[in-house]
Amino acid sequence: MDWFDNIIKTFLDFDAMLQVLPQLLTTGLVNTLIISVFATVLGIVIGMILAIMGVSRTAWLRIPARLYTDIFRGLPAILTILLIGQGFARISQQLFGPSPYPLGILALSLIAGAYIGEIFRAGIQSIERGQLEACRALGMSYGSAMRLVVVPQGIRRVLPALVNQFIAIVKDSSLVYFLGLLVSERELFRVGQDAAVLTGNLSPLVLAGVFYLIITVPLTHLVNYFDNRFRTGRRKATPPKSGLEEVAERSTLSPALAHGENT
Amino acid sequence: MTYTSPLPVTDGRFYEGSRLKIENVEMAYGDIDVIRDVSISVEPGTTTCIIGPSGSGKSTLLRGVNRLHEPKCGRVLLADDDALALKPDVLRRRVGLVFQHFNLFPDHTALQNVALALRNVKRMSKGEAERVALARLTEVGLAERSDHRPRDLSGGQQQRVAIARALAMEPEVMLFDEATSALDPELVKGVLSLMAELAQRGMTMLVVTHEMGFARRVADQVVFMDEGRVVESGTPDEIFDNPQSDRLQLFLSEVL
Repeated sequence: MDWFDNIIKTFLDFDAMLQVLPQLLTTGLVNTLIISVFATVLGIVIGMILAIMGVSRTAWLRIPARLYTDIFRGLPAILTILLIGQGFARISQQLFGPSPYPLGILALSLIAGAYIGEIFRAGIQSIERGQLEACRALGMSYGSAMRLVVVPQGIRRVLPALVNQFIAIVKDSSLVYFLGLLVSERELFRVGQDAAVLTGNLSPLVLAGVFYLIITVPLTHLVNYFDNRFRTGRRKATPPKSGLEEVAERSTLSPALAHGENT
Repeated sequence: MTYTSPLPVTDGRFYEGSRLKIENVEMAYGDIDVIRDVSISVEPGTTTCIIGPSGSGKSTLLRGVNRLHEPKCGRVLLADDDALALKPDVLRRRVGLVFQHFNLFPDHTALQNVALALRNVKRMSKGEAERVALARLTEVGLAERSDHRPRDLSGGQQQRVAIARALAMEPEVMLFDEATSALDPELVKGVLSLMAELAQRGMTMLVVTHEMGFARRVADQVVFMDEGRVVESGTPDEIFDNPQSDRLQLFLSEVL
């Protein structure tokens, strides 16, 4: 069973794992979460702007949004990250210091913004036209109608897709390592990778992978839960009620008119 | 307000309706003409019912009056104001519209549905808006359900919330676009009796409907439309008992 021992040693060397565990927890996991959460928040802001532009009736707003989305969705993430991370290094240095960390987050959020913009746009456009018309018929402005009625419903409808996007961002956050991070800034993948190179053993990477799964798998199930809940509605089943009771509700108000015929 | 009701007016107050005059209005979807040279005059405090086969442009005409769909040409007068010259938002504050499919806001309670525009458009405080909203819901018999969301209300109740929502804005004219077409038969009457009550209380109403009984009983004027034109108009008795045109006779023989 030599080969079996070999496999165990290569992938599941617990000593190697234990050695890297503290660093994975305190540095890797923390940084992965920081990068992912910041990129998602920024991405949501960018995405919302893109979506509002995308559903606008003005071509001057629609076309730039379309272009942006096509470019950042169409490029490989690694290419965008390298272009942004290295291209803006000098400006970033003046603003944030020598670390490429902020640029990595920026690049990720630019990419995420394109996807999230499409998610929001689909959500907003899935809201029946009648909602906007009802607002307009009451004298509300387009902006108020969107802000108070249409967009909130659209967002609610695409929450599952947003969680999916967050999962994608968590995974893509590993690409930031290409920009060369300081030791204290390394995320899960880079920490695992470093340890793997150092020990000549893949077990630290496997452990890093386990950490990714710990983040993503529960979220996947959360999506399913969301999805079910939003599809079926959260209300408890109420016993059916006869429509005839409702007739009484109105007829008490104007008895003189309640006996009108329907033909 | 010179409306004299044959029936005693119930508790509620009178409405202050305005005259609505539609003059030579034409409307189109792209290249397709849907409304051709339509003129209808609705006197203050009276009810005009528009009847006619589907595709005759009835709903489009209503949407033209509050400019959800902009008329191509013609004039619409609200009181003495040129409705097509007003800012659309200003016009719509003065004209209430009730939709066939209610279009209530699903994530708002009945009370919030009514209060939303009061706060956003009329700039009322939260408390003030809710007070007015509750009063309007009481008027349509739904005070006890003010905290229900639309999906927990029946179609008839939803439509009455929608009517309360429109009434809360204190419109000078109410437009009803087949307000009972999407309702189960036993729920129709509740909505119709509410509309009749509004008519009685001096609201100026333009009602697109398939309920011939309602048109006959409540309308002061009935307009028969077909293919985007007014084919015939008159009092309910004239339209229903003594139809002149072939189209109207054919239509009535199909629906009555």
